[in-house]
Amino acid sequence: MGVRYVGATVQRMEDPRLVTGHGRYVDDIVIEGTLEAAFLRSPHAHAKIRSIDASRARALPGVHDVLTQADLVAQLGAALDKPMAQLYPAPALKQDRTQYPLAKDEVCYVGQTVAIIVADSRAIAEDALALIDVDYETLPAVVDIRKALAADAPLAHAGDSSNLAGQLRAKFGDIDAAFAQAAHVFKSDFLQHRGGCHAMECRGVLARDDAYGDGLTVWSSTQCPYLIRRALARWLNEAEERVRIIAPDVGGGFGPKAGFYPEEIVVPLAARILGRPVKWIEDRREHFTATTTQRDQYWDIEVACDGDGRILGLRGNVTHEQGAWIPYGVLLAFSSLAPLPSAYAIPAVDVGLDIVFTNTTPNTPVRGAGRPYANYAVERAVQAVAYGLGIDQAEVRRRNLIRADQMPYETGATLRDGSKAKYDSGDYIACLDKAMAKADYATFPARQAAARAEGRYLGIGVSCCIEDTGIGPYEGAMVRVEPGGKVMVRSGAAGQGQGHHTFVAQIVAENLGVRPEDVIFESGDTGKFAHGVGTIGSRVAANLGPAALDASLQVRDKAIKLAAEVLETAEADLDIEDGFVRVNGAPDLRVALGDLALQLAPMSGVRVPSGFTPSLEATSYAGSTGSPIANGTNIAEVEVDPGTGEVRVLRYTVAHDCGTMMNPMMVDGQIYGGVVHGIGNALFERMIYDERGQPLTTNYGEYLLPLATEMPHIDIVHQETPSPLNPLGVKGAGEGGTIPAAAAIVAAIENALAEHGVIVDAYPVGPQYLTELLDAAEAKAAAE
Amino acid sequence: MTDTRDITVTINGKTHEASVETRTHLGDFVRQQLGLTGTHLGCEHGVCGACTVLVDGDAVRSCLMLAVQANGREVTTVEGLAESRTKLHPVQEAFWKHHGLQCGFCTPGMMISIVAFLKENPDPTEAEVREAISGNICRCTGYQNIVAAALDAAAVMKQGG
Repeated sequence: MGVRYVGATVQRMEDPRLVTGHGRYVDDIVIEGTLEAAFLRSPHAHAKIRSIDASRARALPGVHDVLTQADLVAQLGAALDKPMAQLYPAPALKQDRTQYPLAKDEVCYVGQTVAIIVADSRAIAEDALALIDVDYETLPAVVDIRKALAADAPLAHAGDSSNLAGQLRAKFGDIDAAFAQAAHVFKSDFLQHRGGCHAMECRGVLARDDAYGDGLTVWSSTQCPYLIRRALARWLNEAEERVRIIAPDVGGGFGPKAGFYPEEIVVPLAARILGRPVKWIEDRREHFTATTTQRDQYWDIEVACDGDGRILGLRGNVTHEQGAWIPYGVLLAFSSLAPLPSAYAIPAVDVGLDIVFTNTTPNTPVRGAGRPYANYAVERAVQAVAYGLGIDQAEVRRRNLIRADQMPYETGATLRDGSKAKYDSGDYIACLDKAMAKADYATFPARQAAARAEGRYLGIGVSCCIEDTGIGPYEGAMVRVEPGGKVMVRSGAAGQGQGHHTFVAQIVAENLGVRPEDVIFESGDTGKFAHGVGTIGSRVAANLGPAALDASLQVRDKAIKLAAEVLETAEADLDIEDGFVRVNGAPDLRVALGDLALQLAPMSGVRVPSGFTPSLEATSYAGSTGSPIANGTNIAEVEVDPGTGEVRVLRYTVAHDCGTMMNPMMVDGQIYGGVVHGIGNALFERMIYDERGQPLTTNYGEYLLPLATEMPHIDIVHQETPSPLNPLGVKGAGEGGTIPAAAAIVAAIENALAEHGVIVDAYPVGPQYLTELLDAAEAKAAAE
Repeated sequence: MTDTRDITVTINGKTHEASVETRTHLGDFVRQQLGLTGTHLGCEHGVCGACTVLVDGDAVRSCLMLAVQANGREVTTVEGLAESRTKLHPVQEAFWKHHGLQCGFCTPGMMISIVAFLKENPDPTEAEVREAISGNICRCTGYQNIVAAALDAAAVMKQGG
């Protein structure tokens, strides 16, 4: 084995291009003759469309066309008079509703696509928006999930009988026995709110239709080009090979760019109708309503425990906000229950979930998907036990965490494919200990007392988590040595900044015996690689990693076999280093990988060596044999100003185990970003709708994202428990920072205000809400 | 609606004469008319900072300045930071070394803000760096490695690097 690159902090291959301004995002791509589009969107949360008159808009100089759903059908045929397809059909869906690419006769949220304007420039297209006359008949809207299932609630879709879209349930163990034998039962109910995507690059689509040549080519700022290819080809009833989707550089994904959007149908169809390339770039105001989000879940749960705080069971109900449509099946709702019982050995669980329509932007996963909700709920239950029995919050966790000697641990839950949920490996208690040591947990009471003596309120909060990562079925890797010695790697897994090129180059370089800088990487283009899934759910390291490893080793074997013939040496005596196959002990006896590649890819009249197939290349779809479970503990230390309600995060500590780290610097980067996203959820990000379904927070003055000044320095300690489920021992790392963060922050706030008896029952915890909680606590104390 | 003006503007040391619509902002001008797509538009309402460029040495949000207002001025975009194709600016080098970027979309504006800031304050504290970049939003990095990169770049630049 040559130089070790896997596990080393290698500087990213992606960066020289990006720091010099030479990235290539969708809006940077220039195709001669491209027209620019803008979408007319519903200004109403719920309305019938009586009529649309676009004649004034069409007459504006520079406007090429205005298209409605009726126009698409008129121009391209009645076969397209249908709503978008469900990406992930599920039996749990009682009402499987997807929207039309352009609204047909009813709009169900502010921002829903109504018409597309195609013009010489985006500016002219936007000028024309005001010239389209739509006659709407407004209808009552439903917004609050806690009222949506009431008998007299307005209906999100006219003509429905209920806003209930579907139901799920997580159930295992003997829940009745757990509660019957419990020494204590504690109840909690709380509203969870997660915000939107807010990738710094908004979405964008550029489409070119060449019916007699390449077919349809669509550049999209997407996490999942293969999903879009499938969805678009199926919807159009065309061959997948005639639809090419390219994800160029993508400026952040975070989940909402993993779906399939109306614009990804309408822009290509506009290009088809007009015979010109058409580009649409979402602006930030659109992003707030047109890009899917997460929002509310209301949890009402109770936890049963014995006299020592050991948890026996967890039961309750969840109301899950779906928004107006279901573009993405029940994945978000499902992933809100699937992580139960989180990091704890809870023997019995019974939690039901109602998926509820509202007249708001559709909900799909945002970083962590439902996992942060589930984690928060379990952590709330653990806090309830700690408060109820007067036991330290870390100690309650220690008593309940799954122990290393219980690994692999079957939770009792059943997965979607019918198999039993099993945590593969990890030492959760050791992780808790590492976090506590790094956070100086033991000496916190002294810090807290000293601050209190100065009139300041410090608090500390602990949150443990698991993250199911690396879901299959596969990502592929093709590794090919070029005659010049460079190594070409192709994959379907499109990245959005995670560093796929770098970690793949590390794996290939180490196992093929080349330098990382000689590894070229291309992904995200369905025209260049057969199959892919996408960068979602912290899945790429555990899928693409093993595929790149396997393909590299196959190429290595082929190179060694051919070199043995060339050098007239036994294969066992050969090794590959720095691009040369060398004879062990006689380093001058060598042949370049590039020369071997040349022999396997000759030109006219030259034979490929006997017994070899052409090309020094291999393709693999090897992955993980299950879902590697990452874990961690986060500890937040905050200061609360009871006068203003301001919360400052003073320290933040992460102990994290994502198995074998391929590039520690990049793992840390994922954790820093993930934690800050979670702190944003806990303290800042709030998408507000009024009771009529009008969004009130549609710019960055009203919707607060985490800024550098509000974020703490984050300390990370690693534990590396290799996953037995893949040969690299790797587990995903993309969301483990986000998942536990909100629970840690909220526990810390409560700890700071313990003398006031404040229990936080919703997040984000803004200053106004916190002062209201303090006022209520004060009033309650006065009444007692 | 298509009222235009002729302007002369120096971008990254090169003088351009162009006819621009009066309503075109500087960000769209450098991206669309000059093809300098390293300047990114993240919010177009002046909060996210992705579109930050230098105008006569000051960090400016190019989405909040009209192209006609740049008439007669000197503009530096991310493409103008590096000394040559092979020698990066110390801030670029530090972003690479410290993993100060992931998706790379906020990065040009973030680096431009830091370049302008380090001219004013060549020896900043961590808190001062955080304040300096509080007008630039990054969704990927959690800011920590950006702060580390800025502090390292300051140290390198002080040594004349």
